[in-house]
Amino acid sequence: MKQQQFESQYQATWQQFEEMLDELESSKKISRSMASFPALYRAVCSHYAIANERHYSSALCGVLHSLAVRGQRQLYRHRGHWLWRFAHFLLFGFPGVVWRHRGVVLLALGLFWLPAFAMGLAAYWFPDSIYMITDGYNVAQFETMYDPGNEHLGRRENRAAESNFAMFGYYIMNNVGIGFRTFAGGMLLGLGSIFFLVFNGLQIGGVAGYLTWRGYIETFWGFVAGHSAFELTAICICGAAGLLLGKALWMPGRLSRMQSLRAAAKDAVQLLLGGMLLLVMAAFVEAYWSPLNSVPAFVKYVVGASLWLLLILYFVVAGGWRESR
Amino acid sequence: MDKPAALDTFSHFETPEGVVLTMSVAGPVTRALAWLVDAVIRYSIVFAIAIVGSTLGNLGNGLLFLTIFLMEWLYPVVFEVLKGATPGKKQLGLAVVHADGTPLTWSSSLIRNLLRAVDFLPFLYGLGLLSMLIHPQFKRLGDMAAGTLVVHVTANGKRRAIPKTEPLPLQMVLSANEERAILDFAERSEQLSPSRADELAQHVVQALIERGYVNSTAGESASQTLVRIANSLVRS
Repeated sequence: MKQQQFESQYQATWQQFEEMLDELESSKKISRSMASFPALYRAVCSHYAIANERHYSSALCGVLHSLAVRGQRQLYRHRGHWLWRFAHFLLFGFPGVVWRHRGVVLLALGLFWLPAFAMGLAAYWFPDSIYMITDGYNVAQFETMYDPGNEHLGRRENRAAESNFAMFGYYIMNNVGIGFRTFAGGMLLGLGSIFFLVFNGLQIGGVAGYLTWRGYIETFWGFVAGHSAFELTAICICGAAGLLLGKALWMPGRLSRMQSLRAAAKDAVQLLLGGMLLLVMAAFVEAYWSPLNSVPAFVKYVVGASLWLLLILYFVVAGGWRESR
Repeated sequence: MDKPAALDTFSHFETPEGVVLTMSVAGPVTRALAWLVDAVIRYSIVFAIAIVGSTLGNLGNGLLFLTIFLMEWLYPVVFEVLKGATPGKKQLGLAVVHADGTPLTWSSSLIRNLLRAVDFLPFLYGLGLLSMLIHPQFKRLGDMAAGTLVVHVTANGKRRAIPKTEPLPLQMVLSANEERAILDFAERSEQLSPSRADELAQHVVQALIERGYVNSTAGESASQTLVRIANSLVRS
């Protein structure tokens, strides 16, 4: 068949397909029926293959190629209702992936909690050791923040709701940023994640030990009790996501390093998203619940402990249950 | 195909429909420019929120922090998933796709964009640039982990038709590639200046006459002859 015959025979098909593409690519609402789209797409693909095989002019092949590429982008788009997918992720996806990678998650927890405990005890017994991890200015800041003599807690008590919102924004920016960096560090053969986990453990443990030594018990522990479960677990989970990337690079198994990295990244990003959700919740609690001075410290401890329990149950039950089936 | 790997920036992939499609991968310079455009947009938004926020007191501060967070981490993700490219990339005619040409999912876009934090090291995308320069498809580390490519979007330009003239059939059959070269010339002939078109066509027509594909063509220019041959190829 000569090129011109070929063109005149299928021109209408291409025209129709292109109109559909234009409509799908525009952000306007789709008015026509797209039922014939897949069939048209396959037709265009085969026309492209034929045109190539018969060495029709490059311009014709180019037009068909561009139609095929655009069609592919539309046909293989990933869809699904976001609300349903979100609920599914929360109930099954996230706890499931944490459970599946519990070894790595435990490793991350260890990398955070062991230095935290060690530094905490060190700062409690030898308060001067706090200066190994931070400078005098920061120490003075912590002291004023949690000084029971102040009527502040975390920050000013008589602050308005909008000041809570400011802190909420700050916690999101700061903490989620830390979480993301802890993850990204995994790309450096896992070393970056290890560094951030240990570093944060030392910092947090050190400050906690030091303030306990100062006797700021109710102010400090009362403030952090509520959000500690979400925040600390989230940092560890983000770290675990990074370690997963690192593990894929060190130990690719029977895959190439690139394949192993891509496979690990799929799970890592789920860990990370879950960690991010936890951090958002932590920021919310930290901004609106933790600074409440009217609540007795005892209640705060109980709430904090229940949140820890709930979180552990969530992972073990929702994650482990799924696994056992 | 057993041809030696060509030294070009095309990425080929085969679709389930059995055709091989081609994408042209974008290099570091275009991508840096796109990043620059995006940076200007992002910081303008942060700046605008900072100005508006300064009149709102603490509420404004909270808004500013949230904006900084969203601009730093989620701006590229949202645009890449919903629109196929950030405004900066769109401006430079780029799009982000999976290695098999399909549009990005949330998870792959998150992976490639959150790993920016590593590509940025030690400063101003040092690692990312190094990785792009080494990788044959200009992937930065985030692209490798997510399995994504930044590609040029080809314009859906309308092509020109071959000018219709009296067909001039050849005495013998040309090879497929030779036929295609003549067709390509005919389609572009009207974009070339007449003298340049003749200059190009001259070589081909002369060779065709010497080898006996066509009889000598007196009275018309070389490009006219070639267009007539093209007409005989596309029309029966």
